[in-house]
Amino acid sequence: MSFLNYLINGLSLGSVYAIIALGYTMVYGIAKMLNFAHGDIIMVGSYLVYSSMTMAGLHPVLSILIAVIGCMVLGVVTERVAYRPLRGASSSLAVLITAIGVSYLLQNLSLLIFGADPKAFTSVITWKGITLFDGALQIRGTAIVTILVGLVVLFGLQAFIRHTKSGQAMLAVAQDKGAATLCGIDVNRTIAITFAIGSSLAAVAGVLFCSTYPTITPYIGAMPGIKAFVAAVFGGIGSIPGAMIGGLTLGVIEILSRTYISSQLSDAIVFAILIVVLLVRPTGLLGKRVMEKV
Amino acid sequence: MSILEVNDLEVYYGVIRALKSISFRVEEGETVALIGANGAGKTTTLHTISGLIPMRKGQMIFDGKDLSRIKPHALAAMGMAHVPEGRRVFADMTVLQNLKLGAFSRKQKAETEETLQMVYARFPRLEERKNQIAGTLSGGEQQMLAIGRALMSRPKLVLMDEPSMGLSPIFVNEIFDIIAGMKADGVTVLLVEQNAKKALSVADRAYVLETGEIVLSGDAKELMDNERIRKAYLGE
Ligand SMILES: Nc1ncnc2c1ncn2[C@@H]1O[C@H](COP(=O)(O)OP(=O)(O)O)[C@@H](O)[C@H]1O
Ligand SMILES: [Mg+2]
Repeated sequence: MSFLNYLINGLSLGSVYAIIALGYTMVYGIAKMLNFAHGDIIMVGSYLVYSSMTMAGLHPVLSILIAVIGCMVLGVVTERVAYRPLRGASSSLAVLITAIGVSYLLQNLSLLIFGADPKAFTSVITWKGITLFDGALQIRGTAIVTILVGLVVLFGLQAFIRHTKSGQAMLAVAQDKGAATLCGIDVNRTIAITFAIGSSLAAVAGVLFCSTYPTITPYIGAMPGIKAFVAAVFGGIGSIPGAMIGGLTLGVIEILSRTYISSQLSDAIVFAILIVVLLVRPTGLLGKRVMEKV
Repeated sequence: MSILEVNDLEVYYGVIRALKSISFRVEEGETVALIGANGAGKTTTLHTISGLIPMRKGQMIFDGKDLSRIKPHALAAMGMAHVPEGRRVFADMTVLQNLKLGAFSRKQKAETEETLQMVYARFPRLEERKNQIAGTLSGGEQQMLAIGRALMSRPKLVLMDEPSMGLSPIFVNEIFDIIAGMKADGVTVLLVEQNAKKALSVADRAYVLETGEIVLSGDAKELMDNERIRKAYLGE
C-alpha cells in the first residue's frame, strides 16, 4: 500500500513538473527560445497568492486568479520588453543570456520586496483527501487535486490548440514563421499569446507546488524550473504530450528514488536518467527526429 | 487600374545589392510572368512585396495603398496571397488545417466553408486527402495545397514563386493548367518562373530579370519570338 501512496505522490509532483514543462515546451516550440526565467514565474505566482491570501486576507480563489493574471501580464511584458527586440538576432545565445538575466532580476526583486526569510504558505487546498482499505491507503487531497488539475490543463491545452484559430496559428508559427505570416498570422501576437498561456500555467503550478511544499523563498522557482526543463527535454522538447509524460515520469522517479534509494541521491538519479535517455534518443521520448527532405 | 505597382525598388542583403532599381506593374485580371535564371532576384522581389524582407528604396503600391507602412501579416486581409518558393506547407498539419490557415484573416466561418468548396472543386485531390498530413503528400500535391491555401483568402493578387520547381513533367503540366484555369476565372497572378517557355505560354505580359535588373519586358507572345530570349531562356 505504501508503494501506491508514493506512486500517487510522485504523480502529483510530476503533474506540477508537467504543467511547468508545458510552458517551457510551448515557448520553445513556438518562439524557438529557452525561457530560463520560466521557473521564476512560479515563484512570483506563489508570492502573489501569499500576499493576496495571507497578507490581504482575500478569498483563495480570488488570490489564485490574481496570481494567474499577474503572471500572465508578467510573461507578456518580459517577452515584449526583453525577448522580442532580440528576435531575429544572429545569436540565440543573446536571448538565452537575457532570459538568465530576467531570472536573476525576478529573484532579486522578490528578495527586495519580501526579504530572504522563508514565508509560510497556507495551502489553498483544504480538503483532507480520502482513506481507502480501512486506512491502509490515505491519499492527500492536495495530491488528488494536483493530478486532476494537471489532466485538465493537458486536455484543455490540446483542445485549445486543435480547435481555436489562435491554437492553429501557434502550430503554424512553430513550423514556419514566414509561411504563417503569408497566411495573415501575426507572429508577434501569437508568441505573446504563447507566453501568456505558459506564464499563467506557471502560476497554477506555483500554487500547487506550494500547497505541497508550503515554504516560499525568492529561489523556490529555480529547482522545479530546472526539473521541468529536464522533463520537457526528456519528453521531447516542443511536444505537448511529451512534456506531460516527461513531467510525470520525472516526478515518479524522484519520489520513488527518494523513498527507496536515497533522498540525497534522488536529484542525481533524475539527471542520470535524463543523460541516458538523451544518449539513446537525442530528441527525447516523443521528440521528432529532424527529417531530411529532398 | 494597376493592382500592383512597383517603382524603383532596391533591396540589399548586407552590402550586396540584390535588386537594382526595378519597376513593374500588374493590371487587374492579368497573368504577369517574371522570368530569370537562378539567383536573378525573383524570390527577393516577391519577398519584398510580401514584406518578409525590407526594401532600401522605392515604392510599392498594392490596390491603391502604399505598402511601406503596412505590416506583412496584414497583407492577406488586404487581398494579397503568396505561394512561396518550395511550397512551405505546414508539414505536420492536415491538408484541411493547412487550407483553413489560408483563410486565417477571414472572419466569417460560412464564407470560409464556401471558399473551401471552391478550392476542392479546383483540386479534387485535396478533398480526397483532406485528413492526410501535408508532409506525406507528393511534391505536386504539396504544390496544389500551397496554391489552394493561397486561394482560401480569395485574393485580388496571387504571387507565385516557381510553382513548377522540382516537379515531374506531368505535374509541371498540371500546375500550368491550374494557372491557366485561375486566369480563366479572372484571378490576377504574378508568376515567377525559371521555366520561361511554360511561363510565357500562360502569361499575358512578362518581365525578364537578370542579376537584379529588369532587362526586357513586353507582351508574352512577342517575348517568345525575341532573339535574346530564345537563346538565353528557351534553349534554342
Ligand atoms: N538571405 C540572403 N542573404 C544573402 N544573399 C541572399 C539571400 N537570399 C538571396 N540572396 C542572394 O540574392 C540574389 C537573388 O536571390 P533570389 O532572389 O533567391 O534569386 P532567384 O529567386 O531569382 O533564384 C542571389 O545572388 C542570392 O545569392
Ligand atoms: Mg527563387
